[in-house]
Amino acid sequence: MKTVIIKYNAGNVQSVMYALDRIGVNYLWTNDESEIRSADRVIFPGVGEASTSMAYIKEKGLDKVIPTLKQPVLGTCVGMQLMCRYSEENDTTCMGIFDIDIKRFKSDTYKVPHVGWNNIYDFKSPLTKGLSESSFMYFVHSFYAEISPETVAQCDYVQPFSAMLQKDNFHAAQFHTEISGKEGQLILENFLKIS
Amino acid sequence: MLTKRIIPCLDIKDGRTVKGTNFVNLRDAGDPVELGAIYAEQGADELVFLDITATVDNRKTLIDLVRNVARNVNIPFTVGGGISSVQDVSALLNAGADKVSINSSAVRRPELIDELALQFGSQCIIVAIDTRHIDSPSGGWGAVHTHGGRKPTELKTIEWAKEVENRGAGEILLTSMDTDGTKAGFANELTATISGNASIPIIASGGAGTMEHFYDVFTTGKADAGLAASIFHFKEIDIIDLKTYLKDRGISMRL
Repeated sequence: MKTVIIKYNAGNVQSVMYALDRIGVNYLWTNDESEIRSADRVIFPGVGEASTSMAYIKEKGLDKVIPTLKQPVLGTCVGMQLMCRYSEENDTTCMGIFDIDIKRFKSDTYKVPHVGWNNIYDFKSPLTKGLSESSFMYFVHSFYAEISPETVAQCDYVQPFSAMLQKDNFHAAQFHTEISGKEGQLILENFLKIS
Repeated sequence: MLTKRIIPCLDIKDGRTVKGTNFVNLRDAGDPVELGAIYAEQGADELVFLDITATVDNRKTLIDLVRNVARNVNIPFTVGGGISSVQDVSALLNAGADKVSINSSAVRRPELIDELALQFGSQCIIVAIDTRHIDSPSGGWGAVHTHGGRKPTELKTIEWAKEVENRGAGEILLTSMDTDGTKAGFANELTATISGNASIPIIASGGAGTMEHFYDVFTTGKADAGLAASIFHFKEIDIIDLKTYLKDRGISMRL
């Protein structure tokens, strides 16, 4: 099986690579279109700021490649946000795979960013198979995806928001599967297993 | 619900953990990777590795260590000690660190916080503040100290905490030099003031001696996370016992 991690100007891809190493999966880190298209699995990670990341993705033409992929794709954190329609983070038009807007947490009582372990619930994804309801995942983000028909796991902070999304072959998680302990690893393993 | 975090801190010298441990199941008590993995297994929410030598010669050793930790530990970890440039941070993050902690270098040149936040995102930039109470006729105040708490500065802790947040720090690691090593409890009053003033998370450090001290710092002290070193290293407090105790007392915990 060929697993590709999409290479762009996102930080901390190393953690994702080590997580795949722990599972025992080989991977290729590339932004080459033919390599991405021929992969069995595509991981689109992300740490950083939406507009800078999106500008880079457009420059490399990846905004045309990613939405047309047919194999299972997993976007995490900012990767997930870039797969949505629009982000309030510096007024960024994203790829629009998910018909959802990304908004900033607004609260006088909650701290922003949302940093730490929070539980996810209401699972509707093949990626959460075998995962206990209310499992804890590690989040670090100031912007969130609203609840929508594409929401397949929820989390509460300020208000309920989308912890995971799915539309056809496109899967996404707001939290960091790669550093969310055994539970995060299970989601990665499930992603590598689904047909 | 977002949980409060329990964070063991490992002091590193020449790539080895400094303080001794009583872990019977450790093959090598000085191996930070093995110790870190055990803490993660026991339910630690994050780890902090603090390089207390932090000389140029030791940088390569530290990078190798970070790489090994990242390979073997599946929870977030922070690296601190002697970090003073964008290049330093870049090397640590590329090796697999999730966050870095800066202290003296930020006091020396506060613009470094802005530069790091812009380059890497606020989420991975922790500013560590070492504070000590100064008595004065007009009432006491917390003064920021550098160089492992030895060198006082003119900065007021409350004002500096606000400034680092405004410059883009993602979290503050607040260590009270007054309570550090006393095992008499965290500096709850100061922590509560800083936390109430901040919109970013506060990690409280210094003074943990009992499980109740953690309860106090999460309630009275309004801390988002509690950090300690020796009580975990010497196994005076077991992480699972601590988290169970806190959960039973109504504190949100990952268990």
